[in-house]
Amino acid sequence: MNAKERILGKLRGSLQGTTPIVDDYDIELLNEPWRYPPAERVARLRQMLGAVHGESQLSSTTGWPMQVIEALAQRNIGELLIAPTTPHGQQFADFVARTGAPLRLKAYDRPVEEWKDELFFRTPASLTGTLGGIAATGSLVLWPTPQEPRLMSLVPPLHMALLKASEVLDNLYQFMHAHRWADGMPTNALLVSGPSKTADIQQTLAYGAHGPKELLVLILEDA
Amino acid sequence: MSDVAHAPAQPIAFKRNAREALADPQLRRNFRGAMDFLMDKRRSQFPDGDELERLRAFGNRVRARALSKLPELLERLDARLSRNGVKVHWAETVDEANAIVHRIVEQHAAKKIIKGKSMVSEEMEMNHYLGDRGVDCLESDMGEFIVQLRAEKPAHIIMPAIHLNAGQVAQLFHDKLEVDYTEDVDRLIQIGRETLRRNFFEADIGVSGVNFAIAETGTLLLVENEGNGRMSTTVPPVHIAVTGIEKVVENLRDVIPLLSLLTRSATGQAITTYVNMISGPRKADELDGPQEVHLVLLDNGRSQAFADGELRQTLNCIRCGACMNHCPVYTRIGGHAYGTVYPGPIGKIVTPHMLGLDATRDLPTASSMCGACGEVCPVKIPIPSLLRRLREEAVRAPAAAPQHVRGQGAKYSRKETMVWKAWRTLNTSPALYRAALYAGTRLRALMPAHIGPWTDHRSAPKPAARTLHELAREHLGDQ
Ligand code: SF4
Repeated sequence: MNAKERILGKLRGSLQGTTPIVDDYDIELLNEPWRYPPAERVARLRQMLGAVHGESQLSSTTGWPMQVIEALAQRNIGELLIAPTTPHGQQFADFVARTGAPLRLKAYDRPVEEWKDELFFRTPASLTGTLGGIAATGSLVLWPTPQEPRLMSLVPPLHMALLKASEVLDNLYQFMHAHRWADGMPTNALLVSGPSKTADIQQTLAYGAHGPKELLVLILEDA
Repeated sequence: MSDVAHAPAQPIAFKRNAREALADPQLRRNFRGAMDFLMDKRRSQFPDGDELERLRAFGNRVRARALSKLPELLERLDARLSRNGVKVHWAETVDEANAIVHRIVEQHAAKKIIKGKSMVSEEMEMNHYLGDRGVDCLESDMGEFIVQLRAEKPAHIIMPAIHLNAGQVAQLFHDKLEVDYTEDVDRLIQIGRETLRRNFFEADIGVSGVNFAIAETGTLLLVENEGNGRMSTTVPPVHIAVTGIEKVVENLRDVIPLLSLLTRSATGQAITTYVNMISGPRKADELDGPQEVHLVLLDNGRSQAFADGELRQTLNCIRCGACMNHCPVYTRIGGHAYGTVYPGPIGKIVTPHMLGLDATRDLPTASSMCGACGEVCPVKIPIPSLLRRLREEAVRAPAAAPQHVRGQGAKYSRKETMVWKAWRTLNTSPALYRAALYAGTRLRALMPAHIGPWTDHRSAPKPAARTLHELAREHLGDQ
């Protein structure tokens, strides 16, 4: 017998004569206290994000590239990591090419092993999309893909994320349900609520622990 | 005192450890401040008492349901994870778990491991085990990094360095990392960030814990604020997650109430910065993520707790730390005095299953039974009842059947058993009772002035000159 069989054997023995507890899942409790009128969802998300130092700006499907450029200029950042084959990556690259904005675009287009050092030490900012947002907790839902890999939202000190207002739902229960997560999850899915932080030294909150020091969310109101 | 790192305390020396801790004013100030802070934060997250109570009841049912079909769910988890490409390993003991991790380390000729926060790896003393075999384990959670630099163990399951203040961390970084002395917390965190950053991508293996393992989808869910957990599970080519067999839940949606209870109870946050859901290694077309993901499922005494319907509730625990934050004993003696990986109330009810009651005999009695832990526990573990139950197991005759807890009878004493038997006889026989009281009051001058530890800090009780019965009879007779 191996360890698995021995452990399972013990557990089964202990359950003999008992019946499994039935699932009386309380949807109402997870849903009702965390619902918002459609017109207030985005405001709630922004307020919750703001409370944990997450910055957000209202924007539009055509206006956001300019706001990205302005945000970078304000911070004196001259380069940006993008996912070149995503629609928003393409849109931004086109915008930069058309306007001649003085910005070096870096594409995440090869395995991380080939450029780890650059990603970790010479990539000041990144731009990603999101699957949506959750108003109750002020969370972004990230669903990394081969086109837009996991580390884009983690390693660069400034992470900019695009969020479609129509994809902001009330709470996690609604989001999981609407997107049918139970049917299958990607290799990695994330909820991100603000820039990285820690209170490990004398309960004093400090931002920029190991992940991004800044999170800037651009909310596309017309999408 | 608290600035000298000494050999880790042992649970068997609990009383001495506690005395030492109580004599350390710096330590007590640090804990008092930290616990007040954490209690306030939690309270602010639950403005609606009804919602809290309903959610606790719900959390309790979700955990109880998972445990009521634990073997089935563990098999489902194993099958789903395997289908997703995760390698699942099972270990009955910490030695087995360490050997499994070491085998993976050897397969990859790994020299360097970066760790996200994992209490189960503390249970395994993985750093020590691998260190002895020439493998470096570096802790990457800021708090864990700090206690590792001090060669200490975590003082709290959520906030490992909670026993230290900024000045102590400043001195530590100055001494160990050769940076300028600064008490500026932002600066200290940046020093930690810079020191650890290179290690994330130099590491051959990342190790993490698991908050919830979801059977339905084969998903490992981790919560954190710093991003070191994401780093440890995403950057190195191999990720090893270690967790206890009780961490499994049935369905993905089951994590919604538990997640809400966990982050609100633990640190008073509506949600942590990151909720990281891992369902498999990097796919062929993906550009990052580990090539290999392993899960080690550890028993280490959990199946013993599971065997008894009452003690099984210990395994509901979602490791939020609220019970210790609200514990008057923990607040006064701190986390190290327990000498166990899990301190405070949860430590007192779970460690006897891991180490046996003989090694932990003083833990179940290190409680004033005030009940605060049971009241705040988000999954409604009746901690005080379980403490009482463990006290009973500790004084049952060592050989008495059935045996529920290893080390049964660790505090058994023939003399004490006789005394209690005599006490029972005395109290169930009116004639004997009256005679004894009469003797007690008439011979009260013979009461010794010193009666064991009772008189260390108190004067000895002195029986009254006449019994209450006598006085009452006289009083009624007057009317
Ligand atoms: S016993 Fe309850 S309060 Fe204590 S850590 Fe576990 S879940 Fe939290």
